[in-house]
Amino acid sequence: MPNFIMSYLNSKDAITPGAAGSQFWALVYVFIIFTGVSVAVMAMNWLERKALAHFQIRLGPMRVGPHGLLQPIADAIKLMLKEDIIPAEADQFVFWVAPLIGLLAAFTVYTVIPFGPSQAVSDMNIGILFMLGVSSLGVLGIVVAGWASNSHYPLIGALRSSAQMVSYEVAMGLAVVSAILMTSLNATGTGTLSMIGIVQAQQQQGVWFIFKFFPLGLIAFGIFAIAMIAETNRAPFDMAEAESELTAGYHTEYSGLRWSLFMLAEYAAMIAVSSIAVALWLGGWMRPFPNLLNAPAWDFIFSLFPALTFFGLAAIATVGVVRMPAHSFFKIQRIGLAAFAALLGFIALVLLVIAIAGRSADASVAARFREGIDYVYWFVFKVAIFMYLFIWYRATWPRYRFDQLMKIGWKVMLPISLVVLIMTAIVGVLVS
Amino acid sequence: MNPALNSGLNSAVNAGMAPVATPWFFYVLAGLAVASGLLVITRRNAVHSALALIVTLLAVTGLYLMLYAPFVAAVQIFVYAGGIMLLFLFVIMLVNIERSSKDRQFNRMWPVGLAAACALLALFVTAFVKGKALFPDRMISLPESSNTQQIAGMLYGEAGRMGEYTFAFEIASLLLLVAILGAVIMTKKKKI
Repeated sequence: MPNFIMSYLNSKDAITPGAAGSQFWALVYVFIIFTGVSVAVMAMNWLERKALAHFQIRLGPMRVGPHGLLQPIADAIKLMLKEDIIPAEADQFVFWVAPLIGLLAAFTVYTVIPFGPSQAVSDMNIGILFMLGVSSLGVLGIVVAGWASNSHYPLIGALRSSAQMVSYEVAMGLAVVSAILMTSLNATGTGTLSMIGIVQAQQQQGVWFIFKFFPLGLIAFGIFAIAMIAETNRAPFDMAEAESELTAGYHTEYSGLRWSLFMLAEYAAMIAVSSIAVALWLGGWMRPFPNLLNAPAWDFIFSLFPALTFFGLAAIATVGVVRMPAHSFFKIQRIGLAAFAALLGFIALVLLVIAIAGRSADASVAARFREGIDYVYWFVFKVAIFMYLFIWYRATWPRYRFDQLMKIGWKVMLPISLVVLIMTAIVGVLVS
Repeated sequence: MNPALNSGLNSAVNAGMAPVATPWFFYVLAGLAVASGLLVITRRNAVHSALALIVTLLAVTGLYLMLYAPFVAAVQIFVYAGGIMLLFLFVIMLVNIERSSKDRQFNRMWPVGLAAACALLALFVTAFVKGKALFPDRMISLPESSNTQQIAGMLYGEAGRMGEYTFAFEIASLLLLVAILGAVIMTKKKKI
């Protein structure tokens, strides 16, 4: 094996490839994350349509693949083949470049998301600032798209969305600052902005920041959780694309691949902000009770969870196979779903083997691999909960009116987040 | 591989090794900044100018990162590229582009401009030629990993003593607060 591949694997201390200066592994991580996020967006697309349909007592996609499992792929192919219409009166170049701005901003953020103490592309000293800053560039894509379309509805949608995002960024930033303040409650009194450092601070203090200084951490988390829905333009704050008022808001004039880039950017941004919430308040990659239940036996039990999850998914798919109507029309679907169940079961088996092979806490390759899988699993699990919540909110709450939205942002969330910030500082000084 | 590389860029810099491909990154970023800066003043369409200005700001952000000032870089993205440029676009979008693109773009003040440009060029040349004598020799070798903490130390003070710039910082924040209040009061419809 060439040296530039092995030297990072052989290093004893767990650091990210970016910090280790290993360009090869940084690139590998970038590819893994890019693929993972794209697959997650497709899965999210299917889950959202399915879950929304069941909320509304419909079936949702059922035709393409068993239970519509291949629907996202069919959609992707359809969108790629569709004609890409650019309106005659539109600003050609800006119209062309606008979706790319949003996409770049949404995906650049992933360089600092800590899937584990060394499972990130890089660990920046300014991690959280970088994340908030770059994700706030995404709104430029929306604004510019609305303007370049040279049409009324997109322009109104873009104006609404930028006003909304700027307003909610303030409360969001203040909530984040109160979490960062909590990282400084250690012996040296110096906090950190690094995403990995923030999670490690929670580990050192033995508490997720959501439970720290109860209820201050909880309120800050709640403000962030509300603001992040507004930031990503999701229901009930999806004023920018309110279809009853604005057709489709800023992307009314977009079609085909360019439209799908907007969707990709939106979902990627949703995963990114959920990751911020998970890293800042929900202990990031840590499994539940890492300090309290720290016996090796507990480590082993918790390391079985990834395998169990996939076994559960395989079981659900098997139930689907069994319940498939016994008609010859469903023969191919039944075989397909059975194959999918088998695939999930196989993944579960592999994970189980890894969990058992790497159960010793030494520095063997299997143990490190098992550890890495655990970290990524718990992080992704927590983010997945947020993803489901996004769907749940959309199915449950009616859309706000624009003035109500602004009122909540400026007159409720901002004062509360300021008070929480000040209280956190006061309590922090009193405690230390 | 050299073990120093494993412990990150910081130690690599401390050990006197040049970071990877630094001159090329600098040339690309500087070229990008200059080219997009030219686009800002030559484009007739104001929105195009604003977009070019965003590229300039991001290129300058890259230069800050190369100078081991990650905090300034992050603030540059956050405040300028994210916040201020958004407001710029917000306003420009509502301007009638058709009419403004027919306006004369440049002032007829090229003698003054030429003088200013020459003065700036002379300054740059002087700095380039006699740079070593003009600037203090103690280049602070800030390790990237503690840059933010050092800024905080200078602004808020550390280990119980006041920071070097605490007073100036507080004055500036007071000024900004007054400006914010002024903006709010001016936009209020009713007289208080």
